[in-house]
Amino acid sequence: MGARRPSPAMRAMRERVLSTAKRVRVLLLSGLVLLAIVGASSAWADEFATLLSDLAGASFADKEKAVIALGRLGDERAVAVLTALKDGRLIKAPDGRILVSDAARLTDPITGTSVSGVAADDAERIRLNNRLRGTIEGALGELTLFSSDPAARLAAAQDALRHPSADQAALLERAIAAEQDTAIKAAMQQSLLASHLVAGSKAEKLAAVRALGGTTDPQIKNLLDQFRAAPDIDRDLRQAADSALASIQNRLRLVGLAASLFEGVSLGSVLLLAAIGLAITFGVMGVINMAHGEMIMLGAYAAYVCQQLFRAFLPPGWIDAYLVLAVPVAFIFTAGVGVLLERSVIRFLYGRPLETLLATWGASLILQQAVRSVFGSPNREVANPTWMTGGFDPIGGFTITWNRLAIIVFCLIVLGVLALILNRTSFGLHMRAVTQNRAMASVMGIRSARIDALTFGLGSGVAGMAGVALSQIGNVSPNLGTIYIVDSFLVVVFGGVGNLMGTLVGALSLGIANKFLEPVAGAILGKIVVLVAIILFIQRRPRGLFALKGRTAEAEA
Amino acid sequence: MVKEIWHAVIAAAVIAGVPMAATAQSGGTIKIGVLHSLSGTMAISETTLKDTILMMVDDMNKKGGLLGKKVEAAVVDPASNWPLFAEKARDLLSKEKVAAVFGCWTSVSRKSVLPVFEELNGLLFYPVQYEGEESSKNVFYTGAAPNQQAIPAVEYLMDNEGGAAKRWVLEGTDYVYPRTTNKILEAFLKSKGVAPEDIKINYTPFGHSDWQTEVAAIKSFASAGKKTAVVSTINGDANVPFYKELANAGIKASDIPVVAFSVGEEELAGIDTKNLVGHLAAWNYFQSVKNPTNEAFIKQWHDFIKNPKRVTNDPMEAHYIGFKMWEQAVRQAGTTDVDAVRQAMYGQKVKAPSGLVAVMNTNHHLSKPVMIGEIQANGQFDIVWQTKEAIKADAWSPYLPEDKGKIADWTYPWVCGNCTAPKYAD
Repeated sequence: MGARRPSPAMRAMRERVLSTAKRVRVLLLSGLVLLAIVGASSAWADEFATLLSDLAGASFADKEKAVIALGRLGDERAVAVLTALKDGRLIKAPDGRILVSDAARLTDPITGTSVSGVAADDAERIRLNNRLRGTIEGALGELTLFSSDPAARLAAAQDALRHPSADQAALLERAIAAEQDTAIKAAMQQSLLASHLVAGSKAEKLAAVRALGGTTDPQIKNLLDQFRAAPDIDRDLRQAADSALASIQNRLRLVGLAASLFEGVSLGSVLLLAAIGLAITFGVMGVINMAHGEMIMLGAYAAYVCQQLFRAFLPPGWIDAYLVLAVPVAFIFTAGVGVLLERSVIRFLYGRPLETLLATWGASLILQQAVRSVFGSPNREVANPTWMTGGFDPIGGFTITWNRLAIIVFCLIVLGVLALILNRTSFGLHMRAVTQNRAMASVMGIRSARIDALTFGLGSGVAGMAGVALSQIGNVSPNLGTIYIVDSFLVVVFGGVGNLMGTLVGALSLGIANKFLEPVAGAILGKIVVLVAIILFIQRRPRGLFALKGRTAEAEA
Repeated sequence: MVKEIWHAVIAAAVIAGVPMAATAQSGGTIKIGVLHSLSGTMAISETTLKDTILMMVDDMNKKGGLLGKKVEAAVVDPASNWPLFAEKARDLLSKEKVAAVFGCWTSVSRKSVLPVFEELNGLLFYPVQYEGEESSKNVFYTGAAPNQQAIPAVEYLMDNEGGAAKRWVLEGTDYVYPRTTNKILEAFLKSKGVAPEDIKINYTPFGHSDWQTEVAAIKSFASAGKKTAVVSTINGDANVPFYKELANAGIKASDIPVVAFSVGEEELAGIDTKNLVGHLAAWNYFQSVKNPTNEAFIKQWHDFIKNPKRVTNDPMEAHYIGFKMWEQAVRQAGTTDVDAVRQAMYGQKVKAPSGLVAVMNTNHHLSKPVMIGEIQANGQFDIVWQTKEAIKADAWSPYLPEDKGKIADWTYPWVCGNCTAPKYAD
């Protein structure tokens, strides 16, 4: 019973500020605590407790020994300790006890009871390095193969692939016998085969080689490579390994192609998002808007501000939803800035492209410096929400990351909604009317000045939303816009001015071309090749991929 | 109207660009120049260094100044524009008549001002880790040379404690610092018996933002069975998307550790580090170092900048050391005359926030300790390894065949930054 309150008592003693009556009680209590601890440790916690204190040892080598021993101990409590150590949550209290810290709570891993009264500042976090981290993962893998959490079991089964051994094979066989879930069982089976490859009889090895030939996992290919390269390898085994490797090689080539395609679509979607807003302000209205990049930047900062607001005012669980607020906020804010810019500057400059260019460039400098003054010049941290962190491996061999997938989907939604606005609403109709023939539109009763402002606002707002998306994969800094402005113009010009479809096709083809060139030519040369190709293309077709035909085009020229 | 707007734009740019160019003429003052970009791509890193020097000046004036005079900082903004660096340096030296200049970040900006400093016999304190291969009479290099950062970091990763890496990816931004550093590292790795097919070198442009292909390539290079490590000389803005892609692609530090030479506390402030724990950086100083000098340095910084959340980093420490050494050298020489101060600089010792004493050598480079830090979830570094004593910087790398026998020594009989034989032979 007394074990529940050991450390307030101890701290109270240290501080020596208690009244005598209290002090007597404290002494009694701490005596009880000591008795409880001594009794417990002599009964069942001897080795565990010793190993625990070894974890706080001076050298990384000592710690490593303790981790391995803890893993071998087979003690349930070791899982919590090792997980905490791996996450940097294992601390050493000033009185030498090792405690697990969880958000606001401290737990004594020996007794499993919570501890209070140890100030976080006094406690020393137990440090580790990458080698130790690997050891912990190995030890945890052995412990969690039998965990009650299916996700942990799956992770352990996959992890086992990385250090195949005879010990491991025995462990896996036991785990497979106990496993109910077919997916986890398959993963365990694969790791077991890998273990057989390293340490098994010839028949087992042969069966393992044949079975492993059907995968696309680079780790398995690598295991087979090593297996094949062994000097004392049997002839049958060598032949089997050769054919298995050949089939893996073929499959990996296809996977590589699929990966390049996805990467290309992903880059294309980023380019598209950056360029859609410009497709409206430049493509539809004909304003050479050099401040377009800064609208993207303002959108990214809007995402940052939303994130900070969520962190400051809402419970921690809500933070994953901040993007839901950030998208409309960014749209409204940047659209407002866009309308302001159009009303105060651009409307006086219609039909004078050079002056528009200079004025909007000036506006972009002012916006950059304004952001620098408000937020400072260092980058701001915008975190991916949990549901956009990490990725998944659809066929083995390449990872699709959630944030990239989310951006592709988001980009298509934005494009779709925009197409609907342009083609199905009266605002869209007015907008097209004004840009095609301003005088006639005015005569028909359309307030062209108002439409101009709203169109520019729409383009800017879309750029702002792009900024929210880009904050998920890159920097949030005052220079964010300058990175994307050139690419945006490239996409719009290449796709064909005044045409959303052209922008879509232009962005995707640039993205895919870039990604297929990059592995061959390198990032720098790849970019140059694409740029030269576009210049040549524009020479042949000055109006881009999808040129507008007829009077509209003449009027714009 | 257009004209008015244009004027307004120019005015805004001018106001923004030159916030505090000094006006007062020196009577009882000593002027120093601060040549750091306050706008453009490098503003991210360099603004903090300007503030560091202003903090040091402020502190010195509070303690009664130097040689009985007040010290005044002339701050100019070269706007991340390399030719403008040379122009502003000329202004500082010939118009403002500054006694010393603290400035530059990128190697290309340093190369751009070098002829100006040599022509006008100025004094430049350069605070950033760099590729070496240089020793000018008019520059004191207070950042790390390759043998104080890159080589020890690679040695650590080769070691059992660092994971015993056998395969290497040298990933860099395409300009002089990464190219030279990687050339040295490649020669070093080969001298340690690493096979050429186990080294992969890749360059990306400045501000590279789409890292999918590179990260996938690193992943597949690493799946070849041998323990793989990545040495990153990626600079500036490209780091955030790189680390984000790395984290999302599921590359853990225990599988493929990345050691960076240009990522410090300031850069980490812009990244969510939860998924980067365990990746490494090599510097001569980390904010998390525990000693009284560092505590005082951090407190001084927080008091000056009035924001307890701002971090300190290695180039700031280098400026701290450089400024203190200059101050000591001026006191010792009794004058701010460049030649006298330069002679007094040799052998100056400063108790550095890194915990050891930094010493200025006659090759114009420092002796400093080397530390390897691990990124933590709170954006700070845990030091996992460090040298017991200060390491003397080599201006010329012994691993490059073209540098064989080159000596940098500005004292008699050598008096030269790039010679194979002493200038004054008996």
